[in-house]
Amino acid sequence: MDKVENVTGEKKRRKMSMSKRHNLTGWIFLAPATIMIAIMSFVPMVQALLLSFKKGVGAKLEWAGLFNYTRMFQDAVFMQSLKNTFLYLIIQVPIMLILALILASILNKKDLKFKGLFRTMIFLPCATSLVSYATIFRSLFAVDGLVNTVLIKLGILNTGYSFLTQPTSARIIIIIALVWRWTGYNMVFYLSGLQNIEYSVYEAAKIDGASPIQTFFKITVPLLKPTILLTAIMSTNGTLQLFDESVNLTGGGPANTTITMSHYIYNMSFKYVPNFGYAAAMSFLIFVLVAVLAFFQMKVGDKRDE
Amino acid sequence: MKKKVLSLMLVASMAASLLAGCGGSDEGQSGGGETGGTAGTTGTEAAGGETASGEKLTVWCWDPAFNIYSMEEAGKVYQQTHPDFELEVVETPWQDVQTKLTTAATSGDLSTLPDIILMQDNAFQKNVISYPDAFLDLTSSGIDYSQFAAGKVAYSTVEGKNYGVPFDNGAVIACYRTDILEQAGYTVDDLTDIDWDRYIEIGKDVLDKTGKPLLSCQAGESDVIMMMLQSAGASLFDADGNPNMVGNDVLVKIMETYAALKTSGVLIEVNDWDQYVGSITSETVAGTINGCWIMASIQTAEDQSGKWAITNMPSLVGVDGATNYSNNGGSSWAVTANCQNPELAYDFLASTFAGSVEFYETILPSSGALATYAPAGDSDVYNQPSEFFGGEPVFAKIVEFSTKIPSNNTGVYYYEARDAIATAITNVVAGSDIDAELQTAQDTVEFQMAQ
Repeated sequence: MDKVENVTGEKKRRKMSMSKRHNLTGWIFLAPATIMIAIMSFVPMVQALLLSFKKGVGAKLEWAGLFNYTRMFQDAVFMQSLKNTFLYLIIQVPIMLILALILASILNKKDLKFKGLFRTMIFLPCATSLVSYATIFRSLFAVDGLVNTVLIKLGILNTGYSFLTQPTSARIIIIIALVWRWTGYNMVFYLSGLQNIEYSVYEAAKIDGASPIQTFFKITVPLLKPTILLTAIMSTNGTLQLFDESVNLTGGGPANTTITMSHYIYNMSFKYVPNFGYAAAMSFLIFVLVAVLAFFQMKVGDKRDE
Repeated sequence: MKKKVLSLMLVASMAASLLAGCGGSDEGQSGGGETGGTAGTTGTEAAGGETASGEKLTVWCWDPAFNIYSMEEAGKVYQQTHPDFELEVVETPWQDVQTKLTTAATSGDLSTLPDIILMQDNAFQKNVISYPDAFLDLTSSGIDYSQFAAGKVAYSTVEGKNYGVPFDNGAVIACYRTDILEQAGYTVDDLTDIDWDRYIEIGKDVLDKTGKPLLSCQAGESDVIMMMLQSAGASLFDADGNPNMVGNDVLVKIMETYAALKTSGVLIEVNDWDQYVGSITSETVAGTINGCWIMASIQTAEDQSGKWAITNMPSLVGVDGATNYSNNGGSSWAVTANCQNPELAYDFLASTFAGSVEFYETILPSSGALATYAPAGDSDVYNQPSEFFGGEPVFAKIVEFSTKIPSNNTGVYYYEARDAIATAITNVVAGSDIDAELQTAQDTVEFQMAQ
């Protein structure tokens, strides 16, 4: 008995050391990336959190507790930027995702010709730099820009309409620009999701007499749910951090009606008298909003566990 | 065994490439961070090490055709009397200067800064007050401030101390297309020494007869308003630095004037700077009002040579102290606290930018860098006629304008106030009540100041 125990004991020890060694190898491979992410990303995040509890001008900072966090809710411009950002979120994200879904299911048709060409064309806007596409949209919608010229030539307008100096049209143009830039990006996710749906499922539905619309809602959408969830979370995240369009397309104007939260944070840090504590606090509000919205979307969208 | 050796070698090579990659990216990163400033850091280090014996200064400024050129010429002038003197000018766009300055001053490590930086006048107060330790007080450095226009010196003066050496002139000029005015039956003299009421009257007439507005400006920017404000010696802040918008009669008058300009069609708003310059060069408008540096942009339309004329801007109606002169833009040289040889920097600036007429004569013809240094205005070079602007001695005219500019208090919170006013004027033009909008603007600025 003793002997046997001894043997198993020894075996166990040897096994342990084997798995330990495996673990160690794993950790060594993980270590460089982990250390770098920690130093480059997590340390600054913690520092930013500490900074958000301080107040003062430029380099002269002092502890202020939650002062910055209560302050931002009295800040009329920040509240305006919050409203603007949510307006973009509520209107633009659904339009974009539905459009991407429709385009993806059209481009997934087996008998469609020039599929590759269409896919490339719709995805191409994503390859454009954010700044340059915003600048191009700005000149398209200028008073003497292409859009106005076409509208005048068609006899719809008599003189050029100043799209970017009217609050409503400026917001609509930002939304159009965002849809143009990001629909193709989301479509690619849906296309790859659609590859995982067996074609035989569609064939079976066809034989059962389902219309294309029924197929779309009863088969495509439910089976794509995880992908839709992913794109919804990513788009929410992206929209809450919207910056380039506000800065380059409209400059936040007219009268702050298109300014986004990130744009205001930038102004607070680099354009105005620098107030880094307040800027950091506002950044953390965005972080919390992203986390909360992602949590709700996952609760609502992902029912796999239940 | 073979496998083990092979895998070991693989791991070794991977580690090596990883390390090499790190090193490479490190280098790349510092290189990237310093684009336009690579030489700057190394330069300052060298300056720091050598200044005991060496005579070297490093400078950051941004425009190769204008301030970089001027600085390099200043270096040559100084070298004639100081053969050991070395000057290194690093091209750094203003936004980068501001970001680097903010980074250096916030982290408390000033060693990345050069000896001298060029600073936008509008940002001067903000930076000196936010980072008082980053700049040297030049009050008793031997620079004669009485030779500069008072309004210009005020930009770089904080709490009675001078922190900057004035450089380029932002005197406001009104430029008109004489050929278009002629079609409507006017000459430039009709638009000289006038007020805004008369300007709108003529503007409407010109618009009716030629279809061209007199003025264009960028929507959402308050340049025109700020120019009007300074032309009457008024500010958005009082002497104590508190916002002074509500009940500021001059500002109310300006809002009314601006709205009248806009509704009459004499002023058109465009979306960005390129469209603004485009509206001038492509004959969409018959004139413009801006800092005299706008001449460089106007002169890009070579086919319009001889068709332009320059005069002063209209004055506000019914306002005490209203003049036809104002300022927009401009910059000044500041000496940073990282300067290892302040005496050299002081002497260099005092004997070039603040003391050499000859130097200003050298830089004027090719750069159009107009001095705020009064003695330079008497130079012959300034009296040379300009073919583009109808054969007039425009530089002498502008120097004369610049001596008449009332001074204005930009305040520390200049950019906050500017944006708040831009928001207010957008709403006023759309039909809001002026007093209510000024109240909102003042509340916004007061909120941003209360921290």
